[in-house]
Amino acid sequence: MNTVNLTINGKQVTVPAGSTILDAARQLNIKIPTLCHWDKLGCGVSNKPASCRICVVEVERRRNLAPACATPVMEGMVVHTNSQRALNARRTVLELMLSDHPQKCLTCAKNQDCELRMLAAEFGIEEVAFSGAKNRFEPDTSSEAIMRDLSKCVMCRRCETVCNKVQTVSALTGYGRGFSAKVGTASMIPLADTNCTFCGQCVNVCPVGAITGISYVKKVWAAINDPTKTVIVQTAPAVRVAVGQEFGFEPGVPVTGKLVAGLRALGFDKVFDTNFSADLTIMEEGTEIVERVKSGKNLPILTSCCPGWINFIEHNYPDLLHIPSSCKSPQQMFGAIAKSYYAEKIGVKPADLVVVSIMPCQAKKYEAARPEFSKDGVRDVDYVVTTRELCKMFREAGVNLANLDDDQYDSPLGQSSGAADIFGVTGGVLEAACRSVYYMLNGKNLEGDAINFRAVRGLDGIKEATVQIAPGKSINVAVCSGLGNARKVLDMVRQDPNRFQAIEIMACPGGCINGGGQPFLHGDTALLEKRMKGIYTEDEKKTLRLSHENSDIKALYAEFLGEPGSEKAHHLLHTHYHSK
Amino acid sequence: MCCNKLSEGAAAKFAELDAFIDGLGIDRNDERRRGRLIQVLHRAQDIFGYLPREVQIHVAKKLFLSEAQVSGVVSFYNYFTTEPKGKYCIDVCMGTACYVKGSETVLRELERVLGIKADTNPTPDGLFSVNALRCVGACGLAPVMMVNGKVYGKVTPAKAVEIVNEYKKQG
Repeated sequence: MNTVNLTINGKQVTVPAGSTILDAARQLNIKIPTLCHWDKLGCGVSNKPASCRICVVEVERRRNLAPACATPVMEGMVVHTNSQRALNARRTVLELMLSDHPQKCLTCAKNQDCELRMLAAEFGIEEVAFSGAKNRFEPDTSSEAIMRDLSKCVMCRRCETVCNKVQTVSALTGYGRGFSAKVGTASMIPLADTNCTFCGQCVNVCPVGAITGISYVKKVWAAINDPTKTVIVQTAPAVRVAVGQEFGFEPGVPVTGKLVAGLRALGFDKVFDTNFSADLTIMEEGTEIVERVKSGKNLPILTSCCPGWINFIEHNYPDLLHIPSSCKSPQQMFGAIAKSYYAEKIGVKPADLVVVSIMPCQAKKYEAARPEFSKDGVRDVDYVVTTRELCKMFREAGVNLANLDDDQYDSPLGQSSGAADIFGVTGGVLEAACRSVYYMLNGKNLEGDAINFRAVRGLDGIKEATVQIAPGKSINVAVCSGLGNARKVLDMVRQDPNRFQAIEIMACPGGCINGGGQPFLHGDTALLEKRMKGIYTEDEKKTLRLSHENSDIKALYAEFLGEPGSEKAHHLLHTHYHSK
Repeated sequence: MCCNKLSEGAAAKFAELDAFIDGLGIDRNDERRRGRLIQVLHRAQDIFGYLPREVQIHVAKKLFLSEAQVSGVVSFYNYFTTEPKGKYCIDVCMGTACYVKGSETVLRELERVLGIKADTNPTPDGLFSVNALRCVGACGLAPVMMVNGKVYGKVTPAKAVEIVNEYKKQG
């Protein structure tokens, strides 16, 4: 490998040729501030527009300051990252940015997580020297999931990159030119009218408060405090490995028991688990896989748990709408069962039972509002709160997870298997399904280590494997995460429909652990590895690791649904898709 | 550049545009197809007179791009317009040479006489619209104005009004 020697702030460093000054400085633990830059957004894409100029440094024998993020190193280069000239330039750049910013930090949803505010603090900005024209926009609150307030935008274009290059959705574009240029939608139409999938990756990468989730927290508080309502809550698999980091736990460590205790402390009447309905999903989807593999029709079957991904196929692949599993997502299965089976059981009218979901996701907000998931004007899932928003609720109520004892989920919608836990990471849904499909086909369980389908694990964007579902019978599967990868896999399916028999797709790179509602990574993608490990730890420490052995699921079928795939199950737990 | 509303003969216009795009042999898997976009938008604006959303959506589909990608390019270039133009589209050059030779007074006079603002909707009778352009590359003739692409050099406010009146007579 070719290497290059250079000096930064008087220290010698050797880096691979092609590195940037920023890469080299990081190797020396020298911090250069960045704003627009983001390494590894997913699908092998980074955002390096060099547009913000916050990272300028002084290079000897070079007339102009150089953006460290986009300037390749050269042999013998001498760099000063904190010369007076560089610091002054950065300060000017930041003050100019702030001059076209509302500066309403006290009431901004991004307050504690804003990279612009953090930079202003680091630079010791106490007044903004410039006052000039400001771009003014009305916030776009057209969708159920994502709000865009362009007056806060700093034009880093991370959102545009993630939307176009990583997700290949291309709902966002640079719009206009010069001072009034902005990241817009097509013809600046409301987001709800675009081909946005609401995956929320733009929310995750926005350094400021220009893109945030639509919050239903106030409505949840109102429901909790309404004595006429019974308010129950469900928690998605990926929440438990991410929420801890906000309360001082090691990132990725599951804090399931404390999460349950915290939710109870907030005042929810019952704390249930989306993992329960993930097991239910496996019963229905497993049955569907078995039927389709036996009949050879409508293959490959595609998983349908992820509403961002479902939006994507509805917008982009209308010709393939017959192949996703007809199963509702675990969130919606939970809602449907809560408002029928559970409401009946406790003698509460569905309209007086409020179902709240804690989700790692923005698209779940959109999904819960889809008209097919309401009955007589009563939604199956009333409100969706993201992991981040839940953390704010905890703080508002003075609940610190670190100070709580572990608690248990309530019955009867709280028990779950390890197979349900792994729904939160790419590969998990398919692995969970394979475990139960094996049982459904053979009448016996996989033994020993065979339960672990390691070939479909890991954070790679596209994984292909051959898995055994019966002695002497294998199927070809694919697992992908990130919608850009989904596009590649769906194009393969169009070319050769027989290449795979089952495919799992999740919209966010890495799966729900990297969902649009999770605590911010701030560029540290290593956190995803930790969350993934946390998920598999949860699975491995359970004795119940197979969805079909969940006794509450068995009871649900015995008392209420009949068999998996029964007419009643179809009515409550399955859905259909529309071309958009 | 001309002038009619989208509805008039739209099918024939879309057919003409499609014939042009099909002739380019766009491959949906070829990243370079994006390089064709500006060329196609030029042709579309020649045909329709402007680029309303409907035309942008059509171009996006034909080039296997998203509507936002097309819209972003349309919004960036001054030449492209999403509003209908007048039958006679007057462009006044505001490039450096024309500007110092007084093209702004020409532009203001045209706005005054026609009762419209530059870069907005055409006159109520649909006859005229006025645009401010950057350099058209005819600096030797500064200040320059164009009517539907025909170049008039060394114009004065009075001469500009004469030119407009000539077109008015033609109706």
